[in-house]
Amino acid sequence: MTAITDVAGRPTRPRAAGEGSGRKRRSGAEGVRSGPVLLVAWIAYAILPWYWLDLSGSAHPLAGYPVGPGGSALALGVTGRAWWLLPLLVPLAIATAGWRSADPQRRNGLLVLGGALGLLATLKQGFLIGLKGWSFAWLAALMGGPGPTQVGFGLGAGVLLYAFLLLVCQGLAGRGWCRGDAFVVGAVGTVVALILLFVFFPVSTILASAFQDNAGHLALGEFAAKITDQSVWGLDCVTGQLRCGVAWNTVFLGLIVGVATTALGLAFALIATRTRFRFKGALRLLSILPIITPPFVIGLALILMFGRSGAVTALLSEWFGVPRSRWIYGLPGIFIAQVLAFTPIAYMVLVGVVQGISPSLEEASQTLRASRWTTFRTLTLPLIRPGLANAFLLGFVESLADFGNPLVLGGNYEVLSTKIFFAVVGAATDQGRAAVLSIVLLGFTLLAFWAQQMWVGKKVYVTVAGKGDAGLPAPLPRRVAWACYATAVPWALFTAVIYILILVGGFVRSLGRDYTLTLDHYVAGFRIEQGLGGWVFSGGAWDSFFATVEVAAMAAPLTAAIGLLTGYLLTRQRFAGLRAFEFSTLLSFAIPGTVIGVSYILAFNVPPFELTGTALILVICFVFRNMPVGVRSAVATLSQIDKSLDEASLTLGARSWTTIRLVVAPLLRPAIMASLVYSFVRAMTAVSAVIFLVSAQYNMATTYIVGRVEAGEFGIAIAYSSVLIVVMLVAIVGIEALVGKRKLGRRETAASPAVAVGG
Amino acid sequence: MPKAPASVEFRSVSKRYGLVTAVDDVTFTIEPGTLVTLLGPSGCGKTTTLRLIAGLEMASEGQILIGGADVTRLSAADRDVSMVFQSYALFPHMSVIENVAYGPTVQGVPKARAREMAAEKIAVVGLSGLENRSPSELSGGQQQRVAVARALVLEPQVLLFDEPLSNLDAKLRRRVREDIRALQQQLNLTVAYVTHDQEEALAVSDRIIVMSNARIAQAGTPRDLYEQPADLFVADFIGDANILDGVLEEERGERGLIRLGPVALDLARRGARSGPVKLAVRPDAMAITAQPNGRASVEGVVEHSSYLGRSLEYRISSPLGELFVVDNGRAAVHPPGARIHVGFSEGGIVVLPG
Repeated sequence: MTAITDVAGRPTRPRAAGEGSGRKRRSGAEGVRSGPVLLVAWIAYAILPWYWLDLSGSAHPLAGYPVGPGGSALALGVTGRAWWLLPLLVPLAIATAGWRSADPQRRNGLLVLGGALGLLATLKQGFLIGLKGWSFAWLAALMGGPGPTQVGFGLGAGVLLYAFLLLVCQGLAGRGWCRGDAFVVGAVGTVVALILLFVFFPVSTILASAFQDNAGHLALGEFAAKITDQSVWGLDCVTGQLRCGVAWNTVFLGLIVGVATTALGLAFALIATRTRFRFKGALRLLSILPIITPPFVIGLALILMFGRSGAVTALLSEWFGVPRSRWIYGLPGIFIAQVLAFTPIAYMVLVGVVQGISPSLEEASQTLRASRWTTFRTLTLPLIRPGLANAFLLGFVESLADFGNPLVLGGNYEVLSTKIFFAVVGAATDQGRAAVLSIVLLGFTLLAFWAQQMWVGKKVYVTVAGKGDAGLPAPLPRRVAWACYATAVPWALFTAVIYILILVGGFVRSLGRDYTLTLDHYVAGFRIEQGLGGWVFSGGAWDSFFATVEVAAMAAPLTAAIGLLTGYLLTRQRFAGLRAFEFSTLLSFAIPGTVIGVSYILAFNVPPFELTGTALILVICFVFRNMPVGVRSAVATLSQIDKSLDEASLTLGARSWTTIRLVVAPLLRPAIMASLVYSFVRAMTAVSAVIFLVSAQYNMATTYIVGRVEAGEFGIAIAYSSVLIVVMLVAIVGIEALVGKRKLGRRETAASPAVAVGG
Repeated sequence: MPKAPASVEFRSVSKRYGLVTAVDDVTFTIEPGTLVTLLGPSGCGKTTTLRLIAGLEMASEGQILIGGADVTRLSAADRDVSMVFQSYALFPHMSVIENVAYGPTVQGVPKARAREMAAEKIAVVGLSGLENRSPSELSGGQQQRVAVARALVLEPQVLLFDEPLSNLDAKLRRRVREDIRALQQQLNLTVAYVTHDQEEALAVSDRIIVMSNARIAQAGTPRDLYEQPADLFVADFIGDANILDGVLEEERGERGLIRLGPVALDLARRGARSGPVKLAVRPDAMAITAQPNGRASVEGVVEHSSYLGRSLEYRISSPLGELFVVDNGRAAVHPPGARIHVGFSEGGIVVLPG
């Protein structure tokens, strides 16, 4: 600071009058500004169309405004068409009174009161009055008559609900919650509300409907009968020739898949990290494949190889006279398909764990004169044991949640996910049964999820030190290395064959029967013709392809935004209920897609939240299924960035939102890109939840393919699948190249330990 | 005119995390334009206190006033306070000038003007010419100046330093702390400064607040704390002290006759009554001689001696207990085992009240 003396004599230049804006705002009560939110609330109540508008109808949706179907709550209330909306004026008035109050204590109290009352009142009238009048029998009995009717919440109701929520948050921030930061309280409130609405509400609807008969009456006896049903829990397969219950089938499949994927994943992981294997690049591919492969495609490829008219089956029967059979349909087929599909997941978990073992530990062991085998047995294995448990549980849960492969390959072997599907869409529709089966499935997965969180979730990374660790990992003992090669190499070759088959399968007339090269399948799916008005996408697959890309492109930024925001809140803020908050965000990942699908149609098929049949419900479904990935990558990245960077920004007068925009987001760019890509790709490949939610207008690529498989049109199905895989591969590689470049540029400075990592 | 510096006032402020109390019923005032140090061992609550001033933590109880206005419930962004962080917390994706201009920019100052303000402060800390470097291209000392410039750019009412010297090497520390003090006095800033290094605190502060176990142990000028420690903790923490047992034999108004083994001393009694008292004896208040030196001396044996260039340190066993003595003279080194005499001067000895 040698220059201090140079400036010392010179008085600091007086600020010009207009520079006052450069000072921090510090007038006490102005920390929270509720005016705009209140204004929006009033607009939502008095001007915006309150109800969900049917835009597909012939009549103009805003006919008769301000009353009529597109009328505002105020107009409908005053004219008596929806008198039950008038009481909402009370919370609005309370909040407005609070806003006008000069005393901060009173102001914040009134904001919280008005907002909370408003939320309650809006939701209450929505749930009490439905499409067919009073929603509950007791209410109809009390009030007499069928009562008034209304459709689902629309723009006005949605905006008003959110405004009420924000008012509550602003009031709480004014009372010093989250260091008085209105943005943070608002963000926590928003995420919590969204999770409650789109995870907890549907799941509790499933629980409720399990206790009801199909007419909506409470029926505990029926529930007890359904949940203890012989078809669910029967153990006949142990003693006799009969089939076991579907619950045992599912668990048995999950257990063997978990063991097999863990063993294979460990073999691959050890080869990748502890040997001089020459084709490690191929292993990298192995970690990308499961992300871009739609879940049922492997099952499809297995049918094309081993089905009655499969390629391999044909060879065996022609050359060796092995009779054609349907052995692949059932447990063997599902097992092989799931092991193929989920081994990469186990590999990714275990490669991280094996790499995380500090080489100096193994070097220490060797300097203590332990042999390679002793080191491996007494040190390496115990250290990766939590990782093994984690990989096993993941394989187990994935197997339980898998829907595509059992659907395609299941045959007579029933598992819970497909059974739920057929209980909803099958000939004998039985929602109560679907709900009960969903509860059983949910119970299993939550149990595994809980075990993972409590038992191994925290231990997995214990050996990862923050410091760079010199030293070389010990090479594998020879017998372990050979065991790894013997397991992994054939399996890798098998995987390669499967993927080659998927890629070439679309170019031959019929795998296993007729190997004439043809483009017919692609033409049928992706024909583009020059019509009168220009190019026409006349192929059968285009509609679903565009719909998928559209929905995925809408879901990806939302997923990334909510996921990263949640991750930011988890790592950077402290508030009451943080642990519960964290658990509930991860929970939505643990719920099987089939259960989500069923719960969404149960919850969002009726007012007040009537969303089925729209693209919106697909987007929402993807956002909340894939959000945990964004959460995790944000948490991982943020925990490496010094927290005082945010604090420095705060003390310089930037609010949380400005801090996120200018400081956090630029440093999070790789995580942002990763979660964008991931959620886009996941949305393209998902099938389990989506299959319940698609509509004629919004059919998805995956459900279209499943439809073709069910119709026996394997050629077009496999052609479409390979198109999806290639599209996503291109997307991933392209974006990785993009993110990689950024890393070389500015991210390097972020990695400087002196600056970014606090001491 | 630049803004007048503001006072900071804590009124019975507590901060609790669950069952842990990090700051317990703390009351103090930092006068405008002074540099006050929060000093204490790690975990004593000093950094939490600093963060409470900044608004990075919210008080569980009590009131915080800055410049007379109640800011207890205001968020960090709304308080006119800037902070220099221990890790400097420079934004790695911004250049030096972008870092310094960040404050005015987010306040809505036009970009050109914000850069002008930033350049001015970069000149103040002597980094002109390095505006377009990225923080990772600067040395630790330079990074810290950028952090100071960034904190100064909004001309805050109060400037906070969180252990600003801890990432610098020993030589640089003395320079930087003098620079900080000079800057504070030139710009007439109110500064709160956290450190665990008592020498640093003595060197820079107008006043020091010594904290221990989430409470204030003593507050006062450096001289007060060194010469009039309120208790054993402060006496031991500010400068070293030998804590010895003595007996107050005779009260003589404000002073008293105190017997320390064979030695009789006339000291300010600081409220102590007749009977046993604790004395804090500074290591440099004793002189080591080979021969008895007047009546105020005891015999002892050298247990251990260290030669530190500028001074000599001895551990001596004596009838009064083990003594830690620093000899600043150019005398010969007394080897371990040597029988010596330790002379007491009344200057560096205080009675500990209570």
